[in-house]
Amino acid sequence: MDNPRETLIEIEGLYQIFGPKAEEVLPKVKAGASKEDILAETSHTIGLQDINLSVKRGEIFVIMGLSGSGKSTLIRHFNRLIDPTAGKIKVDGENIMALSPKDLITFRRHKMAMVFQHFGLMPHRCVLDNVGYGLLIKGEKRAEWKPKAVSWLETVGLAGYEDQFPSQLSGGQQQRVGLARALCTDAEILLMDEAFSALDPLIRSEMQEQLMELQENLQKTIIFITHDLDEALRLGDRIAVLKDGKLVQVGSPVDIVLNPADDYVKAFAKDVNRARALTVHTVMTTDTDKVEGLTANDVKDQFPMDKDYAFVFHDGNYQGVLTKRQFCQLKDDDLLEPVLTYVEPVRQTNLLQKVIPMCLNTQFDLPVINKKGELKGRLESSKLAKVLSPNFSTLCYTLAHKKWPQISGHFLTHIFSIMPLF
Amino acid sequence: MSDTSWLTEFPDMSRRDLLAIRQTLDGAYRSFSRAYGESIENFFNPLLHFLIWFENLLIQTPWWIVLSIIIGLVYAATRSWKLCAGVLVSFLAIGYFGMWEDTMRTLSIITVCTILSICIGIPIGILMARSDRAKSIITPLLDIMQTMPAFVYLIPVVMLLGIGRIPGVIAVVIYAIPPVIRLTNLGIRLVNRETLEAATAYGATPTQRLFGVQIPLAMPTIMAGINQTIMMALAMVVVASMIGVKGLGQPVLKSITNQYFTLGLLNGLAIVALAIIFDRVSQSYAKRAQKHLEGTENG
Repeated sequence: MDNPRETLIEIEGLYQIFGPKAEEVLPKVKAGASKEDILAETSHTIGLQDINLSVKRGEIFVIMGLSGSGKSTLIRHFNRLIDPTAGKIKVDGENIMALSPKDLITFRRHKMAMVFQHFGLMPHRCVLDNVGYGLLIKGEKRAEWKPKAVSWLETVGLAGYEDQFPSQLSGGQQQRVGLARALCTDAEILLMDEAFSALDPLIRSEMQEQLMELQENLQKTIIFITHDLDEALRLGDRIAVLKDGKLVQVGSPVDIVLNPADDYVKAFAKDVNRARALTVHTVMTTDTDKVEGLTANDVKDQFPMDKDYAFVFHDGNYQGVLTKRQFCQLKDDDLLEPVLTYVEPVRQTNLLQKVIPMCLNTQFDLPVINKKGELKGRLESSKLAKVLSPNFSTLCYTLAHKKWPQISGHFLTHIFSIMPLF
Repeated sequence: MSDTSWLTEFPDMSRRDLLAIRQTLDGAYRSFSRAYGESIENFFNPLLHFLIWFENLLIQTPWWIVLSIIIGLVYAATRSWKLCAGVLVSFLAIGYFGMWEDTMRTLSIITVCTILSICIGIPIGILMARSDRAKSIITPLLDIMQTMPAFVYLIPVVMLLGIGRIPGVIAVVIYAIPPVIRLTNLGIRLVNRETLEAATAYGATPTQRLFGVQIPLAMPTIMAGINQTIMMALAMVVVASMIGVKGLGQPVLKSITNQYFTLGLLNGLAIVALAIIFDRVSQSYAKRAQKHLEGTENG
């Protein structure tokens, strides 16, 4: 997550034209004929045109678009459930368009797993057999994969449901089975086709949270399809916006919200509740500078003198903030603890909504830590303010950088009264 | 003035031409059956032997053993004592009215015809589901098989193989096989697209897809087809008896020609009893095999 990651999947010049004579229509599409003209002249439908994108290892890449934009068609090209009319698809440097049917099966078995909108479970197999399906068809014995399937079921919170049939589960539970099935194959790449779209809002956000928690440990490469910008912003490291089979914009969530490429994306981004859609991850500054130790002596050489303060860790646990002034006043053997200011750390997966009060409550940046307590970065209040709304940015900036007691009660009331707007 | 009779009468071909066509075709077929009749008959010999063996087995085994085996099978398939009691009563009545032997003969030929229809029909149905071209060729053939009067295709069969069990079996299979073919095709085509896609996405081979997903999920529909096939096979019993198939059909035929109302009614009722038993047993077996479908589609 910290260093620039290598490209895992590359798609170049991908075209998908539906119809009996797609090859003959292709030159016209390449020459720039519009979707309507092609349909009227040749009765062929353009599914995708000139798609170029690259997905990096370990990222969640969200493809977003309205229905009919070709997003479900696009995701089916990654594992060649659909073959393109023209174009190259490379996974890990290997051109998968050149695979023989047999190699393609091997590729699907080992490289990719898929989660479907309507779950795609086998109704005649019990939950356990569904989870182990990917391993079963590889020819592994039931006794070999059973413990693994059971443990994945446990991970997604369905321990004890092994012998049920999918029809006995609720939608949310069925999709958990779908997720467990995908994870059970140990495939590096996860394709999720509107995986949460069929679930009701509460279950959906629960599943999103679970996916992000899993992703923190697994670091899989996830291609996630959705029509919901809130979901895209929440999950995506990068987002590609698809319209009428064309890529309109590819960028980070903040990019999409703050610098929409055209009116289409702008219209999307306008109605988004940013505080509820964006996570700390999208706004934080990646910066793992910290000082480790118990006494002033321990941290003497580590303290970044170009900064006003530093996050103090001891034994891998976050302790608090040490300012430069306090640090300079300390003698060698003084313990750090008494002078530390405790600033509550936030998680990457936290929604901005949750961290706004914390941000207002301190003059320091908030430390961002992961599940294991490791420092991942810092959350700057100025950046947070800018992301939430350009209009309020100056106001919030001042607010965040002044000392807490100096702010008048009246001013505070004003700020909190506009909070619901975010 | 030219001849205008074509306005009032259909301008058909001359009788002589028609006769010539008929004679040529009949002659060609006759010489074909003379040349190949024997080898075709030999080809069907194993089937004939099996038929005779199975029929003798059912007739020569003491009735109470046959009956208890039937009851055992019914119970194994349905787990319902009520159905078993019904079957017992029907068979006892059939035996009491002196139709035991004929019923066994009919039972044997129906069983063989059903098994044959399933063995031939399901693969054809699968082929139809996989290829649209195969479907467009087979569908009209099935239409012909179902609507062509049975007597019409009995003629060439009898010309080729004479009178007896084999032509009877062929006639019954031709008549009874379309439902299982059609419904196998339909069932496989109706399998949820996403479920099949999931199998493909996880790297299932075409064979694994067919036997692991398509056929199991199409099973309720295929079972309905098999059920229909059995019913249609039973309906052909009387027609088949016209070409020498022994069984419940022959007394019915006899009572038509001699106007024996009661004999006809009794044998007809026996056929109905067999049909109902086959239907209920196969249906409740199918239901039991599809247990996972109970309580579907929540949420």
